[in-house]
Amino acid sequence: MSDFPKPDQLLSDIDRKPPQMDWMDTPVTIRKGMYCYAANPKSVEYTHLPFPHQWNPLDEDWKLPENWQEILHEGFKVRLERFRSFKLFMDICVRCGACADKCHFFIGTGDPKNMPVLRAELLRSVYRNDFTAAGKILGRLAGARPLTMEVLKELWYYFFQCTECRRCSIFCPYGIDTAEITMMARELFNLIGLNIDWIATPVANCYRTGNHLGIQPHAFKDMLEFFMDDLEEITGVRVEPNFNKKGADILFITPSGDVFADPGTYTCMGYLLLFHYLKEEYGLDVTWSTYASEGGNFGSFTSHEMMKRLNSKMYAEAKRLGVKWILGGECGHMWRVINQYMDTMNGPADFLEEPVSPITGTKFENAKSTKMVHLSEFTADLIKHGKLNLDPSRNDNLILTYHDSCNPARGMGMFDEPRYVIQNVANNFYDMPPNTIREQTFCCGSGSGLNAGENMELRLTGGLPRANAVKYVHEKYGVNMLATICAIDRAALPTLMDYWVPGVGVTGVTEMVANALILPGEGERTTNLRGEPLPGMEDE
Amino acid sequence: MKLDKLLSQHKNVLIKRWFDEVVRTYPVDTASFLKQQKDPFANPVGNTTLKGLEALFDVLITGMDREAVNSFLDPIIRIRALQDFTPSHATSFILFLKQAIRETLVKEFHDPDVITAFMNFESRIDDLCLMAFDIYVKCREKIYQLQANEMRNTTFSAFQRAGLVKDVPDEDVPGLRLLTPPKNGICNV
Amino acid sequence: MNVKYMYSLLAVIALFLLAYLGVEAAGLELLFGIIIPYVAVAAFVAGVVYRVMGWARSAVPFRIPSTCGQQKSLPWIKPNKFDNPFTPGAVVVRMILEVCCFRSLFRNTRNFIQEGKIAYQLEIWLWVAALAFHYAFLTVIVRHMRLFTEPVPALIKLVETVDSFFRFEILTDTIRVGVPGLYMSGLVLLAAVAFLFIRRIVIPHVKYISLPADFFPLFLIFGIAFTGILMRYFSKVNIRAAKELTLGLVSFHPTIPQGIGVVFYVHLFFVCILLAYFPFSKLMHMGGVFLSPTRNLPGNSRAVRHVNPWNYPVEVHTYEEYEEEFREKMIEAGLPVEKE
Ligand code: HEM
Ligand code: SF4
Ligand code: SF4
Repeated sequence: MSDFPKPDQLLSDIDRKPPQMDWMDTPVTIRKGMYCYAANPKSVEYTHLPFPHQWNPLDEDWKLPENWQEILHEGFKVRLERFRSFKLFMDICVRCGACADKCHFFIGTGDPKNMPVLRAELLRSVYRNDFTAAGKILGRLAGARPLTMEVLKELWYYFFQCTECRRCSIFCPYGIDTAEITMMARELFNLIGLNIDWIATPVANCYRTGNHLGIQPHAFKDMLEFFMDDLEEITGVRVEPNFNKKGADILFITPSGDVFADPGTYTCMGYLLLFHYLKEEYGLDVTWSTYASEGGNFGSFTSHEMMKRLNSKMYAEAKRLGVKWILGGECGHMWRVINQYMDTMNGPADFLEEPVSPITGTKFENAKSTKMVHLSEFTADLIKHGKLNLDPSRNDNLILTYHDSCNPARGMGMFDEPRYVIQNVANNFYDMPPNTIREQTFCCGSGSGLNAGENMELRLTGGLPRANAVKYVHEKYGVNMLATICAIDRAALPTLMDYWVPGVGVTGVTEMVANALILPGEGERTTNLRGEPLPGMEDE
Repeated sequence: MKLDKLLSQHKNVLIKRWFDEVVRTYPVDTASFLKQQKDPFANPVGNTTLKGLEALFDVLITGMDREAVNSFLDPIIRIRALQDFTPSHATSFILFLKQAIRETLVKEFHDPDVITAFMNFESRIDDLCLMAFDIYVKCREKIYQLQANEMRNTTFSAFQRAGLVKDVPDEDVPGLRLLTPPKNGICNV
Repeated sequence: MNVKYMYSLLAVIALFLLAYLGVEAAGLELLFGIIIPYVAVAAFVAGVVYRVMGWARSAVPFRIPSTCGQQKSLPWIKPNKFDNPFTPGAVVVRMILEVCCFRSLFRNTRNFIQEGKIAYQLEIWLWVAALAFHYAFLTVIVRHMRLFTEPVPALIKLVETVDSFFRFEILTDTIRVGVPGLYMSGLVLLAAVAFLFIRRIVIPHVKYISLPADFFPLFLIFGIAFTGILMRYFSKVNIRAAKELTLGLVSFHPTIPQGIGVVFYVHLFFVCILLAYFPFSKLMHMGGVFLSPTRNLPGNSRAVRHVNPWNYPVEVHTYEEYEEEFREKMIEAGLPVEKE
């Protein structure tokens, strides 16, 4: 049958990728849906960061300062001296490939330059060229290449395709943390005004008003008051939070996403209910702050300096208000900053007391210097001591699973506290497969300031490994609610679920607590915080 | 039917060839990862694709129930609709099956019955490809919708419930300028 | 043709010829037996010190361990002591696990369940081969200490005995002569290097990320092991003379004994190249493990304050500035203010 039709011409034309070249020879194409818009110069200017200018990543000309190479070289040098991590990670990779397939962006997009090792090599090649003898002498043979405009574009494109999730770092025999390299790369971009808007504008807003959305103090209060009305309707109890109250026991700080974006708002209502309960039952006096109304820190996606500038508000406000210690809400990168940076940057917090739960007497030894306690630690301790009156059956319409957010997982090690809380406030809980949770958790694909709208393809592909594991428990156990302790997750995962696993909602852990919490003097609840009927109340 | 029998007999080979071809639409090093990593959680793309192809193959032989076909096609297309493919790239992988069959069963094509049956079978594959295209378009629409609605569904609706978005949406509501994507200045500066 | 490894292969072949011809044709025993070894050792020591000092000079501003297990928090929650160490002692254990067992690399090797059956992944081989390679290398180094010591310490003898524990004495008369017992380490080293090389050219993504510089040490080590084995089992080398040379080197009374055999010089030259190359390449990774801030610091940054040596004051937006801007609105909303 020799004259049987040959494979269609058309098909063979379209079905192959071009033969693969060495990665250094593969030019970068900035693809729509994969990159975020350039920073608005006004935002860059507001925070006095260098070289604010109008530019577009798709343009040929990025309108850089004349001596941009020099600026980057100098910036590189300074950072090598300031960060041993950076210098070491530039030097010691053996390219064993252990990390290569661990990145959710590689898994989802299939783009080889999203392998963590290659992402890092993009920058390492420049390092070798500029700072090592072998690179200077042997050039490309030693894996070195000069920093040209093409290379800069490639760096920019791929370092804004890393969510700084650190998953790669746990598999590397030397602990090379590509997230750290990404942080450095982004610091370098900021030296020549190449930030993305989704980071630069929240940073400017946060700097000015205390929160990312630029919500001014009165509106912040309005928003919480609205929640109070809602809660009164649901529970019959009027909660009365404190704002900027001097002399309160505890200052509470949470990401503004909880105050302003669904479904984080329900988590926020959860905080309000919990604090009301603790006030009524045990006289605990918690205050919110409008000045430090942002726990999240998009500065950490800009530079260490910006991280410090934004973070400074926490201690400053705690000091001004004269509280004993600080309690932190559910947020991922906020906790990376608090856990690994805050005390070093803006401490010592000697004006605060070592945190002790006034209700249970538990000393939070692990937070005795930073003096900031995670809400999940605090709540788990309350539950363990039987201090909360809970009715988990109110969450019986939900079958839960838990997404370990990258930062509390790999920058802190918080795994069991939130699980303990969930299992005490809800009856149906199933973990996802072991290689997708705890320290091996997959990122939501939208972290580190990449949760913009314009890079939707990037976010959805990056979130595929996470969604895929959710889908598994959704199909196997009927899981219909994904709990998390991160505000970016609460903002990004609903979209991800909508695309990959319709039928799964997203919630904060404290929302679950509040659903189950029986307040003193509450009326009969017929709905949960979302206004949906409680199990058994569907007909009322 | 003879062809059906042949197809069933060679099922494993055919699916393997088909899968190999599909995987070759990715860069070489990615392709090997997609093929070799058998853990469905570490490699959702490869495993979803393989599982989908197996199911589609069965459906092609046993008859095309629209719903079943959609449920098998959808996961594959849903992934490819996001990746760096043109629409034809994203959907044409269905047609690779033709080639796989031709190459595998080349010896059998002296039998006119088989040829006729194969032509029939081919048009089923074509149908499948068209359905794939439908799904592709739906996925793209979904992506645009998600893109457009995310802000509205989350932040905007929270504001609205709070009564902060009355008739004068702009000046009075701090932060609201963030809600008009894509570019935004600092609010009220 | 894969240019990446061709360059490295050619380089190693060139080095081989250089040493071979240098000794055999040009009679440069002095150069290859004394001068180059001294230069190489000097370069190695100076280079390693320079690199390690270079790293040590860079500051460690933050305590950023990758936490790979449950933190120590509430007393009733069991912390994962070694994957998320809280105390310096636990860090030491973590480092030992990393250095001796390649703990992180092992994490890669997870068995998983597929349709009810446990399956293993290819990745276990990277861990196995890397471990085999490093332990074989270590054993070889320790064994070679016999050339530099007189009398040979008991420990080295012990290692030797264990290493040649499997006396696969080949019983055909022709070969058995002069085969005192096969050292496992040499063979394992060769096999592991071969595996690491094959892995680099066969697994597409590893091939894609490899640089020419990744192949050079592999070929070089292959060359070293190969010439070593050649000397030991096939081309007879005068061990006594060799030891005379090496002892001379360490006692700073270098001599060139007669009749060592050219293969020895090639072997020695390869080793010298490796030593001199070591500090300037990725082979410095060992130093890296010990200094890596994601591994060698305890995860107790909230309990014990870490100090950043270059912490500098930054521009902040103070509460006063904030209140100044929003005072009226705050008062109107009933928020407390500092200045009415
Ligand atoms: C202490 C902890 C160490 C760890 C975790 C470690 C790990 C590794 C790994 C993962 C590789 C990669 C294999 C490959 O794919 O090529 C490697 C290669 C190698 N290591 Fe180590 N190593 C350590 C210490 C050392 C030491 C002390 C030496 C001293 C001689 C050494 C010498 C080498 C050499 C020569 C190679 C082969 C080079 C190559 O692959 O290009 N390593 N090591
Ligand atoms: S695991 Fe570490 S050493 Fe191996 S390639 Fe990745 S970064 Fe390099
Ligand atoms: S930190 Fe996360 S996103 Fe970045 S390269 Fe590593 S695995 Fe990928």
